[in-house]
Parts: sequence; C-alpha cells; structure tokens
Amino acid sequence: MYEALVIGASAGGLHALTSILPLLPYDYPLAILIVQHRCREADSFLVDYLNERSAVRVKEAEPGEMIRPAHAYIAPAGYHLLVERDKTLSLSIDPPVNYSIPSIDVLFQSAAASYKNHLIGLILTGANSDGSLGLKMIKDYGGFIIVQDPLTAEADVMPKAAIDKVVADKIIPIDTLGHYLAECDYVPEISVAKGTLHE
Amino acid sequence: MKPEDMIEFEVNQLLEAINFRYGYDFRDYSRASLERRILNRVSLSDLGFVSEMLPKILHEPDFFDLFLRDMSVTVTEMFREPQVFRKVRQEVFTQLKTYARVNIWHAGCATGEEVYSMAIMLKEEGLLARTRIYATDYNNHSLEIAEKGIYPAEKVKLFTQNYLASGGKASFADYYLAKFKSAKMAESLKEHITFANHNLMKDQSFAEMHLIVCRNVLIYFNPKLQDRVLGLFKESLIPRGFLLLGDKETLEFSQVKSSFEEFAAKERIFRRLIHV
Repeated sequence: MYEALVIGASAGGLHALTSILPLLPYDYPLAILIVQHRCREADSFLVDYLNERSAVRVKEAEPGEMIRPAHAYIAPAGYHLLVERDKTLSLSIDPPVNYSIPSIDVLFQSAAASYKNHLIGLILTGANSDGSLGLKMIKDYGGFIIVQDPLTAEADVMPKAAIDKVVADKIIPIDTLGHYLAECDYVPEISVAKGTLHE
Repeated sequence: MKPEDMIEFEVNQLLEAINFRYGYDFRDYSRASLERRILNRVSLSDLGFVSEMLPKILHEPDFFDLFLRDMSVTVTEMFREPQVFRKVRQEVFTQLKTYARVNIWHAGCATGEEVYSMAIMLKEEGLLARTRIYATDYNNHSLEIAEKGIYPAEKVKLFTQNYLASGGKASFADYYLAKFKSAKMAESLKEHITFANHNLMKDQSFAEMHLIVCRNVLIYFNPKLQDRVLGLFKESLIPRGFLLLGDKETLEFSQVKSSFEEFAAKERIFRRLIHV
C-alpha cells in the first residue's frame, strides 16, 4: 500500500499545484511532500495560497516533524527537504543540487530510501532536469511514477527529462491529474485504504 | 536483497568504525543528509559500495580527512539573512553594551563568514574593543579557512548587499583588502577572534558567554544530540545571555525549553532565564 506522494515542480509550478492540491479530499490517505523551486528569499505566499484553497493541510515542512497522511509539506525556501527512515522530516543547507535548493532529487532520493515501494513520485512542469535521478531511484525501489504530460506543461523540459530517464507508469495532462490523484483508483490498495478510512 | 537495502547497515558499520578509530561520533546525526554525503563520497572515490570505505577509513587517515571535509560543507555567507543581523545589532547589542566585557561564541563557525559579520557589527557599534569572539568548529580544515579570512572576490558583491541590508553604517570595503581574486578580512577584526577546535558531539563548555551563535547546525543532529548541545549552551550562557539559532531551528521540543524565553521569535533569538 502506498503511503506517500512526492511532488517536484519548478517553473509554472504554482499553477500546476493549484490545479492538483485543491482537488484532494481532507482525508486523503497519502502524505504529500513537495519541492517547488523558488528563490531563497521567498516568503510564505506559496504555502498560504495553497492552504487556503485546499482541504488537505498545506504547511511548510519543519525539521523533526512526523509525516502524516492528508498533509502536504512544502520544502522551505533555501533548504533541502529530506525524509528520515523513521518517517520524520529533516532539512539541510547543503550545497545546491542541480543548481537548486531545495532540490527535487534530494527529496525524492531520501523518500525512496525510506518509503521504498510505498511511494509515488510525480514530476510537474519545469525548465530544468531536477528530479529525474530521484524518479529513477523511486522506480528502482518499486515505487509508482507519474509525470505531467509535457504538452500540458508551462515548461516541458522537466517532465520530458523525467520521461527520458525512467519509464513512467502514467503520463497525465494537468487538467485531469488532480482528479486522478484524488480518486486513488490507480492502485487498488489505496481504494481499499480509502474505504477503511471512512469506517 | 537489493544493494540499496544494505546501505543502512553499511553506514552503521562505517559510523562505528569512525567512532572507534577517531573518536568522532556521527551516530546521532540526522541520517538522511549524512547518507547523502557518504554516497557522494562513494561515487567521487569510484567505489561501488559504502562498505568499501570501511578499510580506507580505518587505515588511511587522509581518507578520513576527506570524509570530515564532506561532513562540514555547508552553504554560508556574510550577514546571511540580513534581517537577523539587523535585529542583533538593534536589540541584542543594546543589552550587551551594559557589560564591561563581552564573550561571544560562534559554535560550528564553519568557514567563518558569520564570525567576521559579527565582528564588523561590533566594531561599528563600539563594542569590539571589549569583546572576545570564540569561533569553534570540529573541522580543522574549515577553521583554517576561517582563520585566514580570505574569501573569493566574486562573493564580495553578495556580502556587500547583505551588509547594507543588515544596517551596515560604513562601507563594506573598509573591512577587507582586495588582492588578486580574493578579499582578505582586516586584521583589526581578527585581533578579537579566537579560533579553536571544539566538537559539539563530545566537548564541554569552556567559558561564560553573553551570546552564543549556532545557526543551521542543529538541523543536522537528531533530537538526542540537539538536547546535548542545547544543554551545553544553557550551561555556558550567563543568566540573561542570548542564543541565536538558524531560521528553521527551535527550542520547542528540547529539554531546555523552559530555561529560555523568546527574545525575537522571528529571528530565532532566545534569552536564558535567570533562575532556571
């Protein structure tokens, strides 16, 4: 059964995230971890904006925090976000990876090592190739890979790079991606988990 | 079993070996960042597995030195997050001025950028002459860079912007000597700084401090080591002394929480209470 969804987004990400997160139900069975590239001085706009529009709780990731379902944790500007094996969050100010801090690869690789085959990786719009290596590691551990259809991306370099690097389980246009994730139909186990959550 | 499933086990062995051989205990570091750095070194050294580092760590001190360098590479700069330095200048210094002598400890000073930033502010506020700054790190390589105080010229622009944004009163150019492609910090700043090796993992408190600066170090430690270090800071601070942490670091979940009050919450400045 899947436990977490990691999302990587760069240029055009605000729009893409806004068309996904608000569609997820308040009792969404997965924890969501997000790296959205933005400048180091960025304030809390992104987090507040998404939280106001979403039923799941959107918040900035804090070090040591326990990861919980139905929560979306966003990497703070200027910090890498990582997942520890005990399913807590940690931050670092290690050097940029792929010129990025936070870096999608850093989140995805640490999440893959912790969640192994219980993880879903999603790459959205972006103008660089951050996330591809992370996606490959998720795949190696038996996780599930989704990529935004590059034709529907504001910047198609990142989803294209992802598709080049790994065989995606699903390539989905942005206008149906939110519904797809919300329905949880893509994996039978999640439908079951969703059912039990309501009991 | 897949190779990646053995990484945790291999890293445990490696950390045991390092502690046994060199007395550095990294077992209480946040694991995810640590593993990332170790795997980077495996790849840089053309090794296949983490366990191949084991004999090299045990028998080649130079290789361990590489490992130590890997462990202490962090992103830092002068007046990083200028609004924090502005707050220290405006609010904390006002309090420090009431003391005849001032001790400041930069714990985990890395390559020293923030130490010189502090010295510059102290100088501009007329406090430097009566202040001693202790800048410590466990990594001698970082300390050497800090002690030399020579930074790449291309960073000076950023440093200057930060200096101005932090409320700098003069010109940043007054504090360094441009030479070739680097900027060397002024000797008049260095006279008040003592650089020394200190390992937060095991060493003790060494003097009474009025202000302790430790930014973005605790995020690399697990809760147990965080508590040890925060306990050390509490012990070292005079009553009403200040503690400055990184902007995502908090005392919220620590054992020393009740011994401190928030002085400037947003800037992560805490103050030790008198009777606890």
